[in-house]
Amino acid sequence: MPVLTYLWIIPLLPLVGAAVNGIFGGRWPKNVISAVALSSTTLAFAAGLEAVREFLTLSQDQIPFIKTYFTWISAGGFRADFALQVDQLTVIMLLVVTGVGWLIHIYSTGYMHDDPGYRRFFSYLNLFMFFMLVLILADNYLLMFVGWEGVGLCSYLLIGFFFLKQSATNAGNKAFWVNRIGDFGFLLGVLLIFRTFGSLDFATVLPRAAAMPADASGQFGTLTIIALLLFVGAAGKSAQLPLYVWLPDAMEGPTPVSALIHAATMVTAGVYMVVRSHAIFLNAPVAMQVVGIIGCATALFAATIGLVQTDIKKVLAYSTVSQLGYMFLACGVGAFGAGVFHLMTHAFFKGLLFLAAGSVIHAMGGEQDMRKMGGLRKKIPVTFWTMFMATLAIAGAPGFSGFFSKDEILNEAQRVSPVLWGLGVLTAGLTSFYMFRLLFLTFFGKERYDEHHVHVHESPKSMTIPLIVLAILSVCGGWMAAPQLVGGVNNFQHFLAPVLSTAPAEPAIAAAAAETTSGGGEIVQALLGAPVIAGLLGFLLAWWFYIKSPEAPSKLAESLAAPYKLLSGKYFIDELYAAAIVRPLVWISDKVLWHVVDERVIDGTVNGVATVSRESGDRLRRVSTGNIRGYATWIVLGVVIFTSLLLWMVD
Amino acid sequence: MVPTSYYLVLSAVLFGLGVIAFVFKRNILTVFMSIELMLNAVNLAFVSFSRLLGQLQGQVFVFFVIVVAAAEAAVGLAIIMLIHRNRGTLDVENVDSLKD
Repeated sequence: MPVLTYLWIIPLLPLVGAAVNGIFGGRWPKNVISAVALSSTTLAFAAGLEAVREFLTLSQDQIPFIKTYFTWISAGGFRADFALQVDQLTVIMLLVVTGVGWLIHIYSTGYMHDDPGYRRFFSYLNLFMFFMLVLILADNYLLMFVGWEGVGLCSYLLIGFFFLKQSATNAGNKAFWVNRIGDFGFLLGVLLIFRTFGSLDFATVLPRAAAMPADASGQFGTLTIIALLLFVGAAGKSAQLPLYVWLPDAMEGPTPVSALIHAATMVTAGVYMVVRSHAIFLNAPVAMQVVGIIGCATALFAATIGLVQTDIKKVLAYSTVSQLGYMFLACGVGAFGAGVFHLMTHAFFKGLLFLAAGSVIHAMGGEQDMRKMGGLRKKIPVTFWTMFMATLAIAGAPGFSGFFSKDEILNEAQRVSPVLWGLGVLTAGLTSFYMFRLLFLTFFGKERYDEHHVHVHESPKSMTIPLIVLAILSVCGGWMAAPQLVGGVNNFQHFLAPVLSTAPAEPAIAAAAAETTSGGGEIVQALLGAPVIAGLLGFLLAWWFYIKSPEAPSKLAESLAAPYKLLSGKYFIDELYAAAIVRPLVWISDKVLWHVVDERVIDGTVNGVATVSRESGDRLRRVSTGNIRGYATWIVLGVVIFTSLLLWMVD
Repeated sequence: MVPTSYYLVLSAVLFGLGVIAFVFKRNILTVFMSIELMLNAVNLAFVSFSRLLGQLQGQVFVFFVIVVAAAEAAVGLAIIMLIHRNRGTLDVENVDSLKD
């Protein structure tokens, strides 16, 4: 088992690529830089595939496969190893991260070709791959946190990639700050885990958490607090209410970054972490409810904002927030497997959507406003067809990948709460609407751009080939679950089951699964109908609005001015945060912390010490006149005084 | 026989004159001579006590003081020569550059 033994090679390869390009690449031509970056990710992907092949030959008792390389921190009773772990969940994440990451690297060589920051871009991107792989391969919470912070750093660097643009640097800072809030929660959760379980290793913590008695419903026990703190971290990283605000702004980064970091991999780290910690969550009913409700609310909330956005990337950004909400909804109702399933299919189709959007922007010479596109279908057919596949997948058209994962989530949600299910179905309809709206505005109808200035052209092969590969994955990615429809076994769930069964206590879900496989087939199929119908309605509505009668949307916007303004203003959440948090903070920093604390207290203390020393020194200096007779007089006076004192004391 | 106290009083008077001259005289040579005067006043006190107490230490000390005074005279006169050469004056009021 060469690769499994030397598992560290997988994260190390991208790090080497980043270091070589970052340190030595200064004067190298672009093809050398892309060769270094591509070979490191290609090798990482190949090593990942080999690791998975070797993993599949392991017997059940060897899983999770843990390889400890060295002790990282050892202080008192605390101990953290540099150890990597592979189990079924890691395998899925590993393939998604290295595979999609590899495709996006290929795409980037074409997309970034004329950018002066070529080398910087690829070193950051490779560095991101390194941290992401550390995050998913880590066998304890602390090492995971290292990867977690590292991907946040790379995200910040890449959002602010065009750092000469003020909006890009602002967006980078915003992402960094909002993530700090989440990361703080995560760190507190990790500390509480150590305090409760005395270890940070997944292999120690999770079975102990599973063995602990579950917190009663409505009670805030230790497990509930841990779970909620971890969820704060997940909400920051995965852009859930109320910390989602950074993700739409993150679209300032180059489009491949949006695809890789802000759609396919990094933002799903929160979902991965919650699934990894499922044993804790399952014993914390309050936290589960919070996760489910927040997830569902985010899904609906972001989808409604997505309805009226005009920037092609912004629509996709809100769509990502919404789909992440679905994943948390799945976790909240206990369907962790379905959450991971949606994570995987989402990585395919959302990565594809972003890359295709990048191809459109490339073709339009940098234009991102959909109102200035239209009729591109014939001009850039590869982009159109691949994007069409991805749209069908995200809208949940039967047979496409999104159909299987989304319907599985809704199916599980229905078991727990009809309200969550209903909102989820509504969101599915909205998703279908805004995605087809995007497709129709961009590729159909009249050409609304200036043909003399914009020379629409299909992207180079390096960009279209990843699109085609991802399109195939978007179509077929969900077929593993297909046998379930005819009463068979969901292969994906079956594969993941060993990881999720570390928590022996989930009879409800186990029973439900049994029911699904045995007699529940009809119910399942009946329920599958609703999201599909919602999706179809969304499609028809989009068709009617943007193909049949293109004047309808503006009329509707006029007649419903107030709700339209609310939506196009994104519910004014940014303005609310600015008024409620940012401006008071700036005010306090300016008026109190700067002008009072810094200038008066700190500077005052330092300057005061200096002034006192200088003044007293100046006074004392006058004693030293340089006049020898003066000194002699002082000596004599001293002698006289001391002698008198001595004589007086003797008497 | 002359009582020891007479010698001691003479020593104190000489010392006092030395101090006064040291403080009030402006010529460095005079100041230097007043130091010699004080040293010799102390020598006188040493010898007196030595005789009074019948011990030799006081007289031995006197020899030390004479030796040191001789060395001091050599160094001190050299310094005074240099001050005179560099500044053209022997007035202590003008030799005050240490304060800057």
